[in-house]
Amino acid sequence: MTFELFLQHLINGISLGSLYALIAIGYTMVYGIVRLINFAHGDIIMLAAYFVFFGVGLFHMPWWLSALLSIVLTALVGMGIEKAAYKPLRDAPRISILISAIGVSFFLENFGIVVFGGRPQAFYSPKVFQGVIKLGNVSIINLGIIIPVITIILLMGLVYIVNNTRTGMAMRACSKDIDTAKLMGIDVDRIISFTFGLGSALAAVGGIMWGLKYPQLHPLIGIMPGLKCFIAAVVGGIGNIPGAMLGGFILGIGEILLVAFLPGLSGYRDAFAFIILILILLFRPTGILGEKVAEKV
Amino acid sequence: MLEIKDLNVRYGGIHAVRGIDMSVPQGSIITLIGANGAGKSSTLRAICNLVKKSGTISFMGEDISRLPTREIVKRGVSMVPEGRRVFADLTIYENLVLGAYTRKDESGIKNDIEWVYSLFPRLKEREKQLAGTLSGGEQQMLAVGRALMSRPKLLMMDEPSLGLAPLLVRDVFKIIQKIHEEGVTILLIEQNARMALKVADYAYVLETGAIALSGSGQELLQNQEVTRAYLGGV
Repeated sequence: MTFELFLQHLINGISLGSLYALIAIGYTMVYGIVRLINFAHGDIIMLAAYFVFFGVGLFHMPWWLSALLSIVLTALVGMGIEKAAYKPLRDAPRISILISAIGVSFFLENFGIVVFGGRPQAFYSPKVFQGVIKLGNVSIINLGIIIPVITIILLMGLVYIVNNTRTGMAMRACSKDIDTAKLMGIDVDRIISFTFGLGSALAAVGGIMWGLKYPQLHPLIGIMPGLKCFIAAVVGGIGNIPGAMLGGFILGIGEILLVAFLPGLSGYRDAFAFIILILILLFRPTGILGEKVAEKV
Repeated sequence: MLEIKDLNVRYGGIHAVRGIDMSVPQGSIITLIGANGAGKSSTLRAICNLVKKSGTISFMGEDISRLPTREIVKRGVSMVPEGRRVFADLTIYENLVLGAYTRKDESGIKNDIEWVYSLFPRLKEREKQLAGTLSGGEQQMLAVGRALMSRPKLLMMDEPSLGLAPLLVRDVFKIIQKIHEEGVTILLIEQNARMALKVADYAYVLETGAIALSGSGQELLQNQEVTRAYLGGV
């Protein structure tokens, strides 16, 4: 393989990794505070893509406006799911809320099939994203640059919110100790709602860009990315935001390079993530940047 | 200032607090002593509405028994939880800022952080460190400082001397008195009953969820039953 070809694959991997990172953050943030694997998170991606699809196709809105509205709408859906399906179970045994999450996931998938139709649709992709940039012998479609750039901007914004704002501080406090956070006067319900909204908005951006990259839309489109991003969050250390980013990039780049170097194994592309998951669970169950298990004084 | 009537707390089948009546007058130091599992912590957690309960609790003449914790904090009740519970991954400064979460007056918060630093100079030296890196005594100071950041009228402390070396225990009690002199009413839970009774204006002795005895700190220090059961003495 030539160096140029390698570079080409690497850039491809980075842009796939970006998508995984954006989506993985939602899993990890929610887990950090509510200790719940929100299995409906993958289907949120699907909703976001459909929102854009209908915005453009049905309501004839400009593409950028549909995307913006989709992000807002998806965030609201994420918050609504929390209110309806998780909040009433907050004091119930952990397994109940997990089952509820799986239920929401199935509901969204079948809702999609009934309402949006099971037939795959073509996701509209504006021309700006499809141009090709040539750097020497490496040619990259614009999207391959735009996805990582948008991702990095969003991730920096997220890190800023979490580390430097009052709400971010409250999120970190809630993720460590809910009762003590309440004693500080923090409105824990509001923080949880905000976390779901933020995670869903990032997933929406991920979902829309997913649609641009793989422009075939159907109601089960969120399942595989959802699972892989859950794995990315676990690989990075669930509950840890930089960990989710790292896990996303490892998975994305790893997957593309596997196919590039060993084309014979390209059928195992999806299996790659699960193999990584098994390895991590065997050798470092808390994930790469995961918290030490005992830290209590 | 704080009036508790017929407070009951149940955890599943366990009746942890059984019909407690007590009152905390403004400007006093009141202490709650008793063995492990007597219901002391549950009482404090019930006041803050962190556990399900029945009974009425009024603060400054207002019924607070149904308010969410944050509203109770806003009205001027603050708690130093058992085991300090500082936010280990946040810096000392951030812990203090969180203590003032219910307040909006930026400059007042700044002043109060300086005030807490003047009470506990060690915290200022370590401002930028993660709270998890502090020693037990320093974490206790931080937990107290953090609780003060909401400008409480009533400060409740759950076993502030737990796990501290004897010298530090004395420091903690000095701080309690200092805070009291600043005009803060104090409700104190202590396993170190002798120290607690010495500083307290009035004390309640809890046994299996009910008040077995109450009286001024001095009276209880003289009481033979208390001496035998809680002061490990003659």
